[in-house]
Amino acid sequence: MFFRTLLAMGTLALASLVQAQEPIRIGAFLSVTGPAAFLGDPEQKTLELYVEKINAAGGVLGRKLQLYSYDSAGDAEKARAYVKRLIEQDKVDVLVGGSTTGETMAAVPLVEAAQVPFISLAGAVVIIEPVKKWVFKTPHTDRMACEKIFDDMRARGATKVALISGAGGFDRSMRAECLKVASAHGVQIVADESYGAGDTDMTAQLTKIKNTPGVQAVLNCGFGQGPAIVTKNYRQLGIQAPFYQSHGVASKQYVKLSGDAAEGVRLPAAALLIAETLPASDKQKKVVVDYKREYESRFKSEVSTFGGHAYDGLMLAVDAIKRAGGTDRAKMRDALESTKGYMGTAGVVNMSAKDHMGLDLSAFRMLEVKKGDWALVQ
Amino acid sequence: MSRKGFAVLALVVALLPLALTNNYTYEVAIVVGLNAIVCVGLNLLIGYAGQISLGHAGFFGLGAYGSAILAARYGWPPFAALASAVAGVSFIAWVIGKPVLRLKGHYLAMATLGLGIIVAVVLATEDQITGGPDGMAVPPLGVASFVLQGEKLWYWIVGAVLLATVWLALNIIDSPHGRAWRALHGSEVAAGAIGIDPARHKLTAFVLSAASAALAGALTAHYSGFITPAKASFLHSIELVTMVVFGGMASTFGAVVGAAILTTLPQLLTALKEYEMVTLGAVMMLTMIFMPQGLVPTLEKALAAARRKPE
Repeated sequence: MFFRTLLAMGTLALASLVQAQEPIRIGAFLSVTGPAAFLGDPEQKTLELYVEKINAAGGVLGRKLQLYSYDSAGDAEKARAYVKRLIEQDKVDVLVGGSTTGETMAAVPLVEAAQVPFISLAGAVVIIEPVKKWVFKTPHTDRMACEKIFDDMRARGATKVALISGAGGFDRSMRAECLKVASAHGVQIVADESYGAGDTDMTAQLTKIKNTPGVQAVLNCGFGQGPAIVTKNYRQLGIQAPFYQSHGVASKQYVKLSGDAAEGVRLPAAALLIAETLPASDKQKKVVVDYKREYESRFKSEVSTFGGHAYDGLMLAVDAIKRAGGTDRAKMRDALESTKGYMGTAGVVNMSAKDHMGLDLSAFRMLEVKKGDWALVQ
Repeated sequence: MSRKGFAVLALVVALLPLALTNNYTYEVAIVVGLNAIVCVGLNLLIGYAGQISLGHAGFFGLGAYGSAILAARYGWPPFAALASAVAGVSFIAWVIGKPVLRLKGHYLAMATLGLGIIVAVVLATEDQITGGPDGMAVPPLGVASFVLQGEKLWYWIVGAVLLATVWLALNIIDSPHGRAWRALHGSEVAAGAIGIDPARHKLTAFVLSAASAALAGALTAHYSGFITPAKASFLHSIELVTMVVFGGMASTFGAVVGAAILTTLPQLLTALKEYEMVTLGAVMMLTMIFMPQGLVPTLEKALAAARRKPE
């Protein structure tokens, strides 16, 4: 009874929010708290900020946007419950969310059954491969990061590569993808080491790599604090081979944590990280500089690529709604799939029936740490 | 009391669909049921036998992954996979329980805690079999082409399993086994002195609670079609213990009520946005301060006292 009364009260409260002009309902489920909060928090802020801005500018097709957002805390089961809530109870027109791959994959069967367009903000390749009719995503995949890094290694004449990976979801997935694409990109993996979550010293694994004959470059598939420790140990052991990190640590935090040891480390990252230093001729400059300014002036905290994924997700949805001329789900989906030349924070998006992400390797910029700051590798 | 309570619970399960308006509310009810199955089992160990376990999410995870892996990777019929997973986990609990239950108090808490963490780490690292931290897809439960799917059908499945679990728990509590557990809870030395074998009885409670956790885990995996190692994590273990303590230790219906409240409350509190966690914490703190024995036993006592007064 208690549950029933509260439910009735909740429905009433929602009903009173519905205005005469039917708003466009955007549903989001993000890891705002919990271990993946560093993803969900900037995503949530970005969605709130831009829904507000779009509404202030008159909305989309004369209709206001309404954001329904829930905190799934990185838990796949919670994500499932909230996706059901968004689809069944809030009756959203489009879903943007799923900060982690687990949350996204838990939602996929539901959105496919309910036939709601869904733009995921998580990284792994499994989300769009094989292609799922109603599922799209905005971030680059870890496979693309591997390819970008291997291409750069080869350009520097390194073909024998050592991997050192962490134990998290991101780390494991990227390691697997790198192993898959290595031979196609002309590199050979000669060592494959791993470390545990919360390890504070990786000299043992690095010594093993150092003693492996013929290692010409080393790649660390890692996330969080681990890569900073690996970087420090790498310099302590005096390993000379070029050292690469993943896009997972593309933040100032990593440079701060590793200090001088980070000098010369290369990593692939989105243009957002070097927004101001991009050449004026760069087509992406306006988008990333604008987003960075808006976000930082509003929240007084440094912009992250994850918030950028949410920006892209929302803007792709809005763009698709405009082109579909309304919120008919099938039309929105078709419009999303036919997105061409959309310039986002992640890069140029060209979707097709076979590619529900639409980014290519040019979306990544190869950066090098120079004097404690990022520099674009030409 | 327990017979009346069981009738009330059966009535609630039977009538609840009248209040469930869509698949989302069904989903919440199903998750409540699955959590309640674990809590009723866990309550036998914590509430009656007086032993702590901070690793029950590990058994939940083993049940879920055991059944998922047998069905998805080895092509077993899902029902056989589910039954073998539950049997397998019970056996593991029996083997581990023998040495571990010799420990008492904080040491037992630490041992079970470690057990749960080991399971979570293995599930997250063996990504060849388990899909790693991003989880794995699980085939639905069914025989040949007949597949159990849809929230409404699952509601009745989970409801029936919950009622069966509660009925078994109530019966075993009233049996010599249940009385032996309560004696152990009061004083292990005294219980031993009157001829109760502490090791044997503790082990039964441990295995039964592990089996119910594994069963709920396997059902969760097949119902949701997707499972991640988060369900085997330490945090989930704590959530389960919290549900038992919140609802009331040594009260089977308390475990059900605790699971129901702590599962639905976060869903109801989403309207509060960032204050959700604060409010949830405050509700739990106030309940524990003013009702240290848990919700149901305290309310039962208050009800009994109110009945006595008029005379």
